[in-house]
Amino acid sequence: MNYGIVSQEQLEQIDTILSDKLIKLGVDCVIIIDMAGNIITAKDNGESKYDVYSFAALAAGNFATVDAMAKLVGEQEFSLLFHKGQDSNIHFSKIDDELLLISMFGKEISLGFLRLNVVDVIEKIRQLWNKK
Amino acid sequence: MSFINLKEKVVQVKIVYYGPGRCGKTTNLEYINKTYRKQIVSEMVSLKTHGDRTLFFDFLPFDMGKIKGYDIKIQLYTVPGQVKYNATRKLVLRGVDGIVFVADAMAKQREKNIRSLNQLHENLQSYKESIFKIPLVMQYNKVDLKEHGIPILTTDVLQKDLNSRLKVPHFEASAITGYNVAATLKKIISSTVISIQKKLL
Repeated sequence: MNYGIVSQEQLEQIDTILSDKLIKLGVDCVIIIDMAGNIITAKDNGESKYDVYSFAALAAGNFATVDAMAKLVGEQEFSLLFHKGQDSNIHFSKIDDELLLISMFGKEISLGFLRLNVVDVIEKIRQLWNKK
Repeated sequence: MSFINLKEKVVQVKIVYYGPGRCGKTTNLEYINKTYRKQIVSEMVSLKTHGDRTLFFDFLPFDMGKIKGYDIKIQLYTVPGQVKYNATRKLVLRGVDGIVFVADAMAKQREKNIRSLNQLHENLQSYKESIFKIPLVMQYNKVDLKEHGIPILTTDVLQKDLNSRLKVPHFEASAITGYNVAATLKKIISSTVISIQKKLL
């Protein structure tokens, strides 16, 4: 898969999927990054002011570390990660070998509900790539 | 691999400072962070141990302005230099577009420089990249130590050790005083941007 250049049309479709499925649900911020730490796209609810570039670099590092740990215990991968805080939480989910979906959300959304929607989003994004 | 966003017209470029432990990779970034504060919107991120050694990486993003209507976002990374951290070094190299190899000009570090460069070669191979093809700049750091009577390697020796086959641009530098830090950065940015342009055409 060549993800190095994503067409404007594809990005717009991805943005629509993220808005419809996650931002409308009440997620503060959604970012799609590649494993090198580049941002593919970022969407937020208009209120959150995260430094998404630093976040992407750290998230890629974090995920890569967890991936290496998975291999150490004999797993192929840990395809999702969840960090829980007092007021905000972060959910990481692998889209494919190169891309990662990160959702930042508050305590008003249940993790289960978010996960259901994340699975849906990932499925839709994969379909989009396959169409190309 | 750089990521190009056609919708927002943004190009993200990943440049990694690589080299043996305590050669001055983080110091390079700290100097850039201090000197070009105005162009840098984010804080520098450093993942380090209590002893101030880099544990995972340092990260410094900054905007370079526009080329042909595209915003160029440069992302500078360092790797942890300590020998035992090769697994994390490899992770940082993922998707790299350009590399600055920071060599320690202190005479006693001669062998460590060579070993580190060899490992860079191997690490790049694991991503199917070639040290002979990727944009690379050599920086011979700590030349200021000569004034303090500490034995340092001459540029000729360093060139022979590290750059006889690669034949990439090189700079004598002193990251702590800032000497040639900007020159190194400018060179790697221009080589990297040219290489990305070539790949696209």
